[in-house]
Amino acid sequence: MAALSVNHLLGIKGLTTEDIELIFDTADKFKEVLNRPIRKVPSLRDITIANVFFENSTRTRLSFELAEKRLSADVINFSASGSSVKKGETLLDTVNNILAMKVEMIVMRHASPGAPHFLSRHIKAAIVNAGDGTHEHPTQALLDAYSIREKLGSVGGKKIAIIGDISHSRVALSNIFCLQKLGAEVMVCGPATLIPKHMASLGVKVVHDTRQALEWCDVANVLRIQLERQQGKNFPSLREYARYYGINGNLLRQIGRPITIMHPGPINRGIELTSDVADSAQSIILDQVENGVAIRMAVLYLLAEKIKVYGAGKAA
Amino acid sequence: MEKLRLLDGQLLDLTMQRLCHQLVEKHEDFAHSVLVGMQPRGRYFADRIKARLDRITSGNVPIGYLDITFYRDDFRRRNEPLQASETLLPFDVEGKHVVLIDDVLFTGRTIRAALSALGEYGRPASVELLVLIDRLYSRDLPIQPDYTGRTVNSILSQRVVVEWTEQGAAEDAIWLVTK
Repeated sequence: MAALSVNHLLGIKGLTTEDIELIFDTADKFKEVLNRPIRKVPSLRDITIANVFFENSTRTRLSFELAEKRLSADVINFSASGSSVKKGETLLDTVNNILAMKVEMIVMRHASPGAPHFLSRHIKAAIVNAGDGTHEHPTQALLDAYSIREKLGSVGGKKIAIIGDISHSRVALSNIFCLQKLGAEVMVCGPATLIPKHMASLGVKVVHDTRQALEWCDVANVLRIQLERQQGKNFPSLREYARYYGINGNLLRQIGRPITIMHPGPINRGIELTSDVADSAQSIILDQVENGVAIRMAVLYLLAEKIKVYGAGKAA
Repeated sequence: MEKLRLLDGQLLDLTMQRLCHQLVEKHEDFAHSVLVGMQPRGRYFADRIKARLDRITSGNVPIGYLDITFYRDDFRRRNEPLQASETLLPFDVEGKHVVLIDDVLFTGRTIRAALSALGEYGRPASVELLVLIDRLYSRDLPIQPDYTGRTVNSILSQRVVVEWTEQGAAEDAIWLVTK
């Protein structure tokens, strides 16, 4: 029987294709659990998980918290605002204080790329990266690829276009790694100012024309314009962005074949996607949200399996 | 390694025939009863029981499959990771008479987990246990079968191996294996 090759989920880069398949197969079973009258299993009843969010998050934190509760884990939540972080406490001190309360797993979001990698070298708890700056967001990539597999039958051989603000997105990088590992072709599309120069070196196609991307792809994964992360002006106005990079029903009808529409949320309606696209039958945005809980349950379950049980003699 | 054949194809056939008639005596046409095979290995036995019951009752006896991986009490205590199987219960268990079916009853922990798992789908009117092989004196929990194919006395180091043709075996056979 297979087990994950890693003790932490820090990024997609560290996972093997077998790891990803194992997470997907386990998520299939948890989707069934989520459709039962009582949507809960007792697997993690002796595990305590801390959700440590140094950056704001609504859906990712809720999705993790729900996944943890569906697995019967004990959950504590920590957010940096209103905490000792504001008083100058270091990351390591903050986390060590949480660990002193006997916590076995940490789900962490941090503004600095590499923060969960740093922690994994200094503490014993299993760490799940829930987004580190503009670096990686592995569970989002996993649930995106899982949703594509669910909708189209497989990821291998499919053409996926990631459209929008690539520079400021942690979803883009994890998505590229994950989709490529599973055998998909990936294209990124957006204004030149929002696509990092090194993108082509990752083996992805780079275009700046949304129609060209849509004509090529089976799936359009549309990213949010991260207004809060824009340091300078990367495009003249939101109106112009919407006109050149937004996707509307008219444009999709002109393409003339069904393209699956994805978005990690939250959507800026009328900018990246018009409502008729976001709410259409082609959109699997709400499936992504549902699958997010199953994928996070699978990740937590498979990582928990590797945590040593006191006195039971199992290797970590 | 020693292998002792507990049941061959012919004896297995007779045993299943007896078990099915015992079930029909109690559940009649299965109007308020359902079969639930335990994943992964009890599924083959449950399918055989259903096929035979369908013939006896001239009906279509409801069957589902239950996986108990997430309910096991040895999670994180085993050296080998567990792989979950599919749970497929295409009926409501609320108020039903459920017959749980497994191939081998050993410590009883699997059945304990199955009772927990089943409770997540509703409140059955009753739950009975049907097993092909009951390993005597090996129980960790106070669980006993209601219908038994064959009872064997075995020691901990022995294993009961069930081979079904559905799994690729040349013929059906049940073995007691001593290392």
